Amino acid sequence: MTMVTAASTEAMLPQPYSVQQVLKETADTFTLTLRPSNGAGASRFQPGQFSMLWVFGVGEVPISISGDPAQHHQLVYTVRSVGEATQMLVNRAVDEAVGVRGPFGRGWPVKEALGRDVLIIAGGIGLAPLRPVIYEVLHNREKYGRLVVLYGTRSPRDRLYRKELAAWVRQRDTQVLVTVDYGGLSWRGHVGAVTTLFKHARLQPARSVAFTCGPEIMMRFVARDLETLGLARENIYLSMERNMKCAVGFCGHCQYGPHFVCKDGPIFAYDRVRPLLGKYEL
Amino acid sequence: METLERIIAEHPFFAGLEPYYTDLLAGCASNVRFDAGTYIFKEGEEANEFYLIRAGKVALEIFAPQRKPIMLATVGEGEILGWSWLLPPYRRRFHGHAVVPVRAIALDGKCLRTKCEQNHDLGYEMLKRFAGIMEQRLEATLFQLLDVYAVGR
Repeated sequence: MTMVTAASTEAMLPQPYSVQQVLKETADTFTLTLRPSNGAGASRFQPGQFSMLWVFGVGEVPISISGDPAQHHQLVYTVRSVGEATQMLVNRAVDEAVGVRGPFGRGWPVKEALGRDVLIIAGGIGLAPLRPVIYEVLHNREKYGRLVVLYGTRSPRDRLYRKELAAWVRQRDTQVLVTVDYGGLSWRGHVGAVTTLFKHARLQPARSVAFTCGPEIMMRFVARDLETLGLARENIYLSMERNMKCAVGFCGHCQYGPHFVCKDGPIFAYDRVRPLLGKYEL
Repeated sequence: METLERIIAEHPFFAGLEPYYTDLLAGCASNVRFDAGTYIFKEGEEANEFYLIRAGKVALEIFAPQRKPIMLATVGEGEILGWSWLLPPYRRRFHGHAVVPVRAIALDGKCLRTKCEQNHDLGYEMLKRFAGIMEQRLEATLFQLLDVYAVGR
């Protein structure tokens, strides 16, 4: 039986935040900037953690934090409008209220990546939980090796953070490659699966740590190919997604084999989840 | 000065190939350049060459009546363009369209087929390497067909 403590009760209580900005990224994806309604600092977070966002009267959804961990006055989320709650969330006007619980979960092990090359492989909206890692590396450039960002998305117009992608290319020791599944005739970039970018990436597998987030089938292919390239399983990290409700490991909705994604994840080393990735019923 | 033998030997596709074979291949090779916008080959044409891309990017496109060409994949530096020269009926399956200026080594498929028939060790080396490329492209195409970034996937 799980003991309900004051701390866990607090974790269930949404804090009032207000919308500062809603930025349209693509046709269905928006980036929201939220600040605490009481004027205090926002909750500190680790790259890869998520919050539960309440639209009062509608519902609550788990959303990864996509902002800069060094900006302590706000929390930033990139949300794809796919259901009632997310649609209401992205339609919030400036100054309207949103409830925030969290941050929750284990983030990307950025400290363990110190001194190593950091390889980011993102698919679709999977770039959102990885953007804080990119900020972290760029803010502490001398503490990390090369930064390689490989990003796959459906079409050129589905790319997130287009201005930042262009800006990251110009950073030292940084390689950014973007590929799309369907390129229009004006597209001059890569066309093909994100895994086809590996041959163009300047990689040193023995000194690299890889972080990947995207559709689970994409991550499965990515992890397999990274292993073939020579990365050790324990140096490959995946962001898993399941139906998170309580976010603190009470309800069991996000159970994934022996793990609860909300508190044991959402970030897992590949060697921990590899046997589960092929299980249809999970 | 870079010789064709050296360029071929240093291309990732031919990594580890014995010098004897790179010398054989060089006898069928020539340097080529294509301006941006050029169609290097078109669907249905006789497939007499394949290319080791040294710089630039080539889009593989398929023609669909009353539609703009559909871009299926891109091939860039360090990759191989074209395998239709290897298998009958030796006809191009797609358009190859230089989307930016391209530098490449063209290998004469007819010349190479003759050498592969005469030297089955070379033929087997070529088949192994091209089969690997075909497998990678097939998997990449399946991945695209899955449309994994679509909502609800």
